[in-house]
Amino acid sequence: MNSSTTDVFDAWWGGPPPVLDPAGPYADNVVVLAWALFAMGVIVTGIVVVALYVAIRGPARWKAKLGGERLVWIGGVAFPGVVLTCLLVWGLWLTSSLTQPVPDGAMRVRVTGYMWWFDVEYLGPDGDVIMRDANELHIPVGQPVVVELRSEDVIHSFWVPNLSGKEDMIPGRTNELVIEADRAGRFGGVCAEYCGGPHALMGFVAVAHDPADWAAWLAGRSMTPPAIAEQDVPGTVPALRPVAAADTVDDAAIAANGRTLFMESGCAACHRVAGTEANGIAGPDLTHVGSRLTLGAGILPNNRGTMIGWIGDSQSIKPGNRMPSYDMLSADELTAIAIWLEQQR
Amino acid sequence: MALSVMLCACLAGCKQPPGPRYVPDEAAAARGRAAIERVGCGACHAIPGIGWPKGRTGPSLDGFRDIGLIAGALPNTPANLAAFVRNAPRVKPGSTMPATQLSEEESRDVAAYLYGLDDE
Repeated sequence: MNSSTTDVFDAWWGGPPPVLDPAGPYADNVVVLAWALFAMGVIVTGIVVVALYVAIRGPARWKAKLGGERLVWIGGVAFPGVVLTCLLVWGLWLTSSLTQPVPDGAMRVRVTGYMWWFDVEYLGPDGDVIMRDANELHIPVGQPVVVELRSEDVIHSFWVPNLSGKEDMIPGRTNELVIEADRAGRFGGVCAEYCGGPHALMGFVAVAHDPADWAAWLAGRSMTPPAIAEQDVPGTVPALRPVAAADTVDDAAIAANGRTLFMESGCAACHRVAGTEANGIAGPDLTHVGSRLTLGAGILPNNRGTMIGWIGDSQSIKPGNRMPSYDMLSADELTAIAIWLEQQR
Repeated sequence: MALSVMLCACLAGCKQPPGPRYVPDEAAAARGRAAIERVGCGACHAIPGIGWPKGRTGPSLDGFRDIGLIAGALPNTPANLAAFVRNAPRVKPGSTMPATQLSEEESRDVAAYLYGLDDE
């Protein structure tokens, strides 16, 4: 079975991503600090519980000691003062790396929050956009990546717990967050600031590749999609389609029809597909939608069935999202659009 | 004599109601449920036991145990349901439902889950 699908949904599907499993230096520090604070809390609670027991049930001599002024000075002032100061200094030292300037020449990505999805732009050395995508962030392992965070509407928050802490995305301002992965893998991300309606269904996937794989991946994604009728239609699932020969031909013909339907049904008003007349910017860029791992901003696996379901009835899947349900389209029309979109890779 | 014939006829008319035709394997059903969540059948179908999503593009999948024909076309057998779940256009040409990313074994598990659902 296709294990890649399983991995994504281990990371995201069915709940928030794991927060205590760091996969990089930035997340590491946050997790160490979290555990230290938690341990300190447990120790202090333990001391208080023991003292309470002694105060209620203990022998009279111990009770007298507990009631003394000396204990108040030591246990109530000196102990918390010293411990909290140490924890604060250590915590600031640990987390100072999160805001330190990154070396020049680090890879930069601009992520813009929308209600309720993430726009992702890969920036070249001159700050120009070299590739545009949505709800998916691909990074090389072992390199710090600067994420420029912005918002087009309300305040969102960008959070990949495995890779770093969370950082707000604020309209009119650019925040920077550095992330780094020290192992390849797929890591779930979420919007961590309530932003209305389907906020809980606003997610994405961060994919860390080994550096060579990453370069190959980036090279494979040009700004313009492949021609429509390819010999080997990438959208089909070869192992599952035993009637392949006839099907593939069919798919190509259906896809041409799907392209027309996509333009005529108004999809192009909101969505951009590079290399076509579709140039909308209100919704996610669909230039590479066929190769994305998820649909609907990290909430559904990407396959032909979920694509059809999403186009036909996105409002029952993600109530309140800004894409209307296209339930006026027939089953064949939905399928044709889905097949064409599958080919946008 | 006439009385006993009538009695026999009455008793014959009172036979037990038929039991469920399929007794699904619970372990298979649990695996099937996980597969349903993974491939996202809920994007198109409301499926009892699957909290979200409950799409309306396809029909609700209540109670396969009691229906006559699968997708209005195929005799209701576990093998047919598994084949339909895996590659619907192949077993029912012209079906709206696309082939799914399920292995043969997983599609049998999904069928087991669907048979385990009661439409009452």
